[in-house]
Formats: sequence, C-alpha cells, structure tokens
Amino acid sequence: MKNNTKKIDKYYALKHEYSGRTVVTIFGIMLILITLTMVFFLISKGSATFFQNHISLKEFLFSTEWMPGKDEAQGGPAVGALIFIIGSILISGFALLISTPFSVALAIFMTQISPAFGKKLLQPVIEIFVGIPSVVYGWIGLSVLVPFVRHQFGGLGFSLLAGSLVLSVMIFPTITSVAADALSIIPNDYKEASYALGATRWHTIRRIIFPTALPGILTGVVLGLARAFGEALAVQMVIGNTIRIPGTILDSTVNLTSIITMDMGNTAMGTTWNNALWSMALLLLIISFIFIFIIHRIGRKGSASS
Amino acid sequence: MRINPKTADKVTTVLFYLVAAGFIILLVFFVGYILYEGRVRLNLHFITSSPVFMQAGGGIAPQLFNSVYLVFLSILITVPIGLSAGIYLAEYATQNRITKAIRFCIEALASLPSIVIGLFGLLVFVSMTGWGYTLMSGALAVSILNLPVITRISEDSLRGVPKSYKEASLALGATHWQTITKVLVPVALPGLITGIVMTAGRAFGEAAALLYTAGMSSPKLDFTNWNPFSFTSPLNPFRPAETLAVYIWKVNSEGLIPDARQVADGSAAILIISVFLFNIGSRFIGRVLSSRFSGKSK
Repeated sequence: MKNNTKKIDKYYALKHEYSGRTVVTIFGIMLILITLTMVFFLISKGSATFFQNHISLKEFLFSTEWMPGKDEAQGGPAVGALIFIIGSILISGFALLISTPFSVALAIFMTQISPAFGKKLLQPVIEIFVGIPSVVYGWIGLSVLVPFVRHQFGGLGFSLLAGSLVLSVMIFPTITSVAADALSIIPNDYKEASYALGATRWHTIRRIIFPTALPGILTGVVLGLARAFGEALAVQMVIGNTIRIPGTILDSTVNLTSIITMDMGNTAMGTTWNNALWSMALLLLIISFIFIFIIHRIGRKGSASS
Repeated sequence: MRINPKTADKVTTVLFYLVAAGFIILLVFFVGYILYEGRVRLNLHFITSSPVFMQAGGGIAPQLFNSVYLVFLSILITVPIGLSAGIYLAEYATQNRITKAIRFCIEALASLPSIVIGLFGLLVFVSMTGWGYTLMSGALAVSILNLPVITRISEDSLRGVPKSYKEASLALGATHWQTITKVLVPVALPGLITGIVMTAGRAFGEAAALLYTAGMSSPKLDFTNWNPFSFTSPLNPFRPAETLAVYIWKVNSEGLIPDARQVADGSAAILIISVFLFNIGSRFIGRVLSSRFSGKSK
C-alpha cells in the first residue's frame, strides 16, 4: 500500500512538475543554441574571404581599395573595407554627438523636473518614436531632410549629415529610456541633502544627480551607438552610397550596412565579392559583441564606485 | 563674471522645457507630415488592390497581407519559446553558468543588427533549407529578432507578480509548475499580452531582416484561393512575400513605377497608422485584461 502511494507520488510529480520544468529548461537552453549557431555560421561564412580567397586580414581592415569585380589578370579583386568602416564610424559618431545632449536632457526633464508630465506625455511619445519603422525614418529623411540639406547647403543633399541626423532621431529613445532608468533610481536623500545645503535644482542636477547616474547614462549612450552602427535601411536611403571617404559632412558616403544591403542581392554566393560582404557582417557581429563588453565594464565600474 | 545661481537655475529649467517640447513637436511633425503626404492614398482602393507592373495606380494589398501574416506566424513561433525561456529564467534558473550564458545570449541577440539576422536567415532559412525566399524564412528571421524581447517581457512580467500569490499557491500544496501555470502566468497575462502586441508592432515595420529572407517580390495572389498549399494562395507560407516596409524601400530604390513617391507616401502612412493601432491596442488590451483579472469591473 505504502509502495503504491509512492508510485502515484512519483507519477504526480513527473506530470505536474518535472515535465514542465524540463520543457522550459530546454527552451532556455535553446536560446544559447540559436546564438551559437548564428555565431558559428557567420564565422564560417565570414572567414572565407581570408581562407578561400586569401585576402589578408590587414588588407580587408585597412585598405581603401574596393574593386571587388576586378579580373584576375589585373591583380584580382580587391576588397579593402576601410571606406565602409570609416563611413560607419563617422555616421554613427556624428549621430551620437547630435543625439546625446538632447536625449540626456530629456531624461533629466522626465525624471527630475516634471515626472508627471514625463510619465503621462513623454513616455508615450518615446514609445511611438520607437515604434516608427526604420524605413519610415528613411523615407522622411529622403523626402524632407535630403531636399532641405540640398537647398540650405548645396550639393546633392544625400550626405553624411543627413544620415547622422536621421540616426540621431532613431537612437534617442534608447539613450533616453536607459538614462531615465538610471536617473530615477537615485535615492531621494541625495537630492534632499543637496537642497538642504542651499543648492538650486540645476546645481543639484549638475553636481549630484548627473555624476551619480553617469554609468547608467553611458550605458544608454553605448546602446544608442550600437543601434546606430547596425542600422541599415534608413541610413542607406539618405547617404547617397558613393564609395569614398567623405571630405566634409555634406559629402555623400557609404557604410558597412549599406554596402551589404545593396550588394548582397546581386553577387553570386562564393565569389570574393560576396564573401567580403559576409566578412563585413561578421565584423558587425564582432562590433556588437564589443559594445556589450563595454556595457558590462561600465556596469561593473558603476557598481564598484557606489 | 559669476552668474547668479538662481538665474542659472531658471535659464536651464526653461531649456529643459524647450528640449521636451522640441521632441513632442518633432513627433507631431513626423506623424503629421506622413499622414498629410499620404492622405491621397488613404482609401480602400489603395489597400485592397495589387500593384500594377510598371504602371501608376497600383495598391498594396499583397504587401499589407504579407506583413500581417508574417508577423502572425513569427509571434506564433516566438511566444512559446520566449515564454518558456522567460519562465525558466524567472522561476527555475539558479545562479549558475547556464543561466549566465542564457542571459548573455539574450543580450547578444538583442543587440545584433537586424541586417545581420537577415543574413543569417538567408544562409539558413533560405539557402540551406532550399526554400528560397519565402514568407516562412522571413517569419523565422523575425522570430529570432523578437525572441530576446519576448523572453525579457515574459521574465519581467512573471517577476512582477507579488510573492504572496506564489506562496499561497505553494502552501495549498500545488507544485511549482502548477503554481506557474495556474497562478503566475494568468496573473502576469495582461503585461505579457501588452508586451507581445508591442513586439508584434515592431516586427510589422521590420525591413532589414526581411530583404533577403522573405524577398523583394510577391507572386500574384488570388484572394479567393484559401488553400494553403496552392502557390497563388495568400495563406501559402512557402512563397516569396514582400512586406509593406520592404515595399517602401524597394519602390524607392528601384523606382520602376511612375507614382513611386505617392505609393511610398501612402504605404508610410499605413505603417504609421498601424504603429498607432498596435500601440493603442496593446494599452487597451492590457487595461481591459488587468481590470478583469483584478475584479474591478463586472
């Protein structure tokens, strides 16, 4: 009899606990598998440029010669990606420069100056900005910003400036939300202590609140940079896609994501040209991992100092 | 010269207000511009007719349908996996290496550029499966894009359930798993659904991950043919399926139709309206569900 209840218990536990637990554990582990598969495939495909086509890593990263269609007779295809790398860095760097002051100011406004206004009105506004698809940003950039730049500053309008401006709007919700989270968890005591000492609100923000939340704000900035670096279509639509290093911010240029977007469809798999595009995708993957690494470092430093 | 601190405080406060107002004005301008420019095409004909090859006057019916269908499929794929992984992380995971690895992978997946996910899709769901550009390949690529988001939402909403609920259920003799399925998930449901609808809204406008997975063309769809195995049937997931967001991009970069500008304007307006619908819809559903579950309404 006793043995029998034990059996039932075991069956009961299997049915109502262990089976469910096993299933969710498997799905959890599946996330690791998906990531690993992705990394594996991108590495194997992205490294073909170096192992099959014998392009040196140095040439790929530091040469500006992009002639992927050149004949073997003329020295073979050249797939130096430096122009695209510089393009990506310049576009996202400028976007960050434009976006950060406004995004952080908005986060400070939402958390320190008018939380009620921030929650009721600005939070939904940010959510709608996040929801706007990147092609729509690109489209507004193409139909408003590009003609505007053309009329105001001359040139074609398709430019580094247009790309950075479009990106700066696209990354502001990321920076603002992460910064606002960091700002909102600052204990009230800090503020009250500062006010009690006679400091004004601006003084308190500048000297107490901003430095305390700095690690969180920096995390937001890096996340914004990561988003800017990986954005493809919105940028591609407005930068003109001329393969050259821009001399001024009004010049058209090109970046990693744009060249991948444009050329992936019309190159045959297995050619040096196509392989070079995969290497760029691998580069984007590595860079996004580096960004995560930086964020972790910032997080650790932040928690160590407080 | 030293500026009076009180003046500085006032000046900066005004500046902060200006920045906040600036963002609101920017949004109003964006949405107003898109809707105003697209107003000509915001009619039934535009959303119910097919594009006409190399001619003006075409609509966006197949693209709109593809977007909806693709998002629907991808949510169908993502939710079971993401919710399960979320349950694992919120309820079962202990502080060990596997948990750490899962968290790192979620972070890594979330920060990957969508074009990279699209390329992975091209390699695996298009080439290796031998399907070619299909709606299913696109749905799978978007699923990978959504997976970290849904997992996080699931974990967060499960963690948001008050501890007393869990303790009460366990005290009544329920197993941990029974507590999860009968108490925690139902209580977390409003937050979960809000999150899922919002994620769906984001997937609706995705384009970079779809260019080389779902493709940049759509076969002639016969909207009277609902046999999912027929090639012209809209329901067949194994056919190329250009979505609305991809169409906006393609119309611009190819410019094969003379009214490309109006078509893009109209499509952008439809996308923006969809974003609003998803946004308002998710809030509405969340509110209705939470008031029903907490017993505030009759």
